Amino acid sequence: MFENLSEKLERSFKLLKGQGQITEINVAETLKEVRRALLDADVNFKTAKTFTETVKEKALGQNVLTAVKPEQMMVKIVHDELTQLMGGASVDINTKGNPAVILIAGLQGSGKTTFSGKLASLVKNKRSKNPLLVAGDVYRPAAINQLQVLGEQIGVPVFTQEGSKDPVKIAKDAVKEARQKGYDLVIVDTAGRLAVDEEMMQEITAVKKAIDPDEILFVVDSMTGQDAVNTAKEFNDRLDFDGVVLTKLDGDTRGGAALSIRSVVNKPIKFVGTGEKMDALDVFHPSRMADRILGMGDIVSLVERAQEQFDADEARKLQSKIAKNQFSFNDFLSQIQQIKKMGSLKDLAGMIPGMGKAIKNMDFDDDAFKEVEAIIFSMTPEERENPAVLNGSRRKRIAAGSGTSIQEVNRLIKQFEDTRKVMKMMGQGKNLSKLMANMSMGGRR
Amino acid sequence: MGIFGVFNKAKKDKLDQGLSKTKESVLQKLARVVVGKSRVDDDVLDELEEMLISSDVGVETTLKIIQRIEKRVARDKFVNADELDRILREEISGLLAENQVNEGLDFELPADKKPYVIMVVGVNGVGKTTTIGKLAHKFKTAGKSVMLGAADTFRAAAIEQLEIWAQRVEVPLVKQKMGSDPASVAYDTLASAHAADSDVVIIDTAGRLHNKVNLMNELSKIKKVMQKVVGDAPHEILLVLDGSTGQNAFEQARQFTKATEVNALAITKLDGTAKGGVVIGVSDQFQIPVKYIGIGEGIDDLEPFSRTAFVDSLFGK
Repeated sequence: MFENLSEKLERSFKLLKGQGQITEINVAETLKEVRRALLDADVNFKTAKTFTETVKEKALGQNVLTAVKPEQMMVKIVHDELTQLMGGASVDINTKGNPAVILIAGLQGSGKTTFSGKLASLVKNKRSKNPLLVAGDVYRPAAINQLQVLGEQIGVPVFTQEGSKDPVKIAKDAVKEARQKGYDLVIVDTAGRLAVDEEMMQEITAVKKAIDPDEILFVVDSMTGQDAVNTAKEFNDRLDFDGVVLTKLDGDTRGGAALSIRSVVNKPIKFVGTGEKMDALDVFHPSRMADRILGMGDIVSLVERAQEQFDADEARKLQSKIAKNQFSFNDFLSQIQQIKKMGSLKDLAGMIPGMGKAIKNMDFDDDAFKEVEAIIFSMTPEERENPAVLNGSRRKRIAAGSGTSIQEVNRLIKQFEDTRKVMKMMGQGKNLSKLMANMSMGGRR
Repeated sequence: MGIFGVFNKAKKDKLDQGLSKTKESVLQKLARVVVGKSRVDDDVLDELEEMLISSDVGVETTLKIIQRIEKRVARDKFVNADELDRILREEISGLLAENQVNEGLDFELPADKKPYVIMVVGVNGVGKTTTIGKLAHKFKTAGKSVMLGAADTFRAAAIEQLEIWAQRVEVPLVKQKMGSDPASVAYDTLASAHAADSDVVIIDTAGRLHNKVNLMNELSKIKKVMQKVVGDAPHEILLVLDGSTGQNAFEQARQFTKATEVNALAITKLDGTAKGGVVIGVSDQFQIPVKYIGIGEGIDDLEPFSRTAFVDSLFGK
């Protein structure tokens, strides 16, 4: 795993600790770490440089006025600055036209077609629109077919022109058809193109001219490196796009490209793609993205998604059990199984603020669960519900039954009790059911 | 002189065109910072750092390269711009060289492995299917009989996409319906290849983000099932990396290697402005050779990787 940014900052802030004032000298090392961390997160070289310079200025300036702990102040300055750079509140797309026309552009493989499908699904289901998808990628083999399959999945018609190699005409005719048939929103998917491909860039400029879109969205892979700024700038120079879509954020990339793009073209990021399913699309929240780049977790998004997906009853039951300290081995087991289904506990836990560091050195071996399960399976129903009865001879029997040792059984029981304690503590906060809900979100298939 | 021995003129131009941004800036900056100086100082190293990081080489690898250069400079005392340029090339080649065994590879296959099975893996949208199409064409042109397996049964129209490539290249394709078990497709493909006495089998797989454990496990399963037909298959597990990917490529290499023992890399989309510098670090850290680079969407736009050509193109000459 990446050593994440907040961890690095934490370490570098320690360098400041014990020093009463932020000075040029003691801030230098910290800023170096900040800069390096940003670069590791794929923030553009120049953006990172500017950013650290701004932070430095603020740090040195503010210190004259106040005398709080320097490292606390640095954390705040870095976070504030980053959030500000990511933009203010989230910005919506313009769907006022009738039909409202949305043009999708980007590099090859950035996820334009998948996003087009998701956007159509979103406006149809959540905004009561009647969208028409337009298959404007006439180059990549089966690209049209791909959009058709997605259209079928989400119940949105797809406009195509069999055998046509003219995306400008396709887009134009599609808008005409939308007008005639009463579609109030048109999403035009286009072929992936490189910014240096003059012919292709002229083509998309011509598409724009022909259909005069209400909204142009630039789709970019969140794993993109330093080149993100070049590409975004080129596309923006040509198309003057309205917003950015950041895809594949369900990966473990820090997404520093988001920061670079935002600071270079000054266009808002409007959506983030978080999976291959048609509903895996979130509205962009600048502060959350800042947190993610900083490695501070994205708990709010997780909670929101969990709310939609998790069985509320089950969550409530679990919460009341935890509140009453009745969380049992059965619950423990079902959590383990849900976690296993979902994939990696470590990744999930890493999304919870403050957990990143705590779990960094813990080994979440997949097979580790096997033993745990074996031990729990060797318990009687009563023992699972009421672990207090687990005396020495019961433990011995469980060890024999599960093919483990007494020590391992003891360790698990101890772990379980610790977990219970932590949960009880967390249970006093009110988001626990949501937290548990997150733990049971499934994988994509 | 021919910078790009293995590339024909058009190809070289294409790659150069893509990489030219780096080339210019490296030469310009090197000249600018070194001019009037008889030795490499901190300014020069700072500029160097910027160049490397802006090419996605990454902080760690950049520091490694700079440390090596500092060491050499300390030893050799005086270094001018030309020498610095040479040293830089040597150091970067060195990082790539340590694991290059297949340089100048000419789509020849080991005689004792028939069919030679290549499984292609990677995250979503890196260009796996396109790479397979181009690879199939190369092998066919080299006189090999090729069979493709459409084991990306998940993404919409992925099978159709590979099918179009198969028709284009005129090689047989084994497929099932969308949503079917990819391992079963791989099994069928190998069985067919065995029956047809094919020289090489290329298995496409669905793009998957490397942090999704279930999907990574699926790859291990596909691999295991293939071994029921051909005991030592797959002989090559080709991880496709998008040339514009940043430092996340390290995680991709790490996780895919963990799940499937990746033993070759392909870097795609190098005809754009992205420099693919992350390859240097990935190749160094995981000791996996880069075998192919993708430089366009055409059927011929795939070349064997050559480290000298790559470094030359990166720094111009």
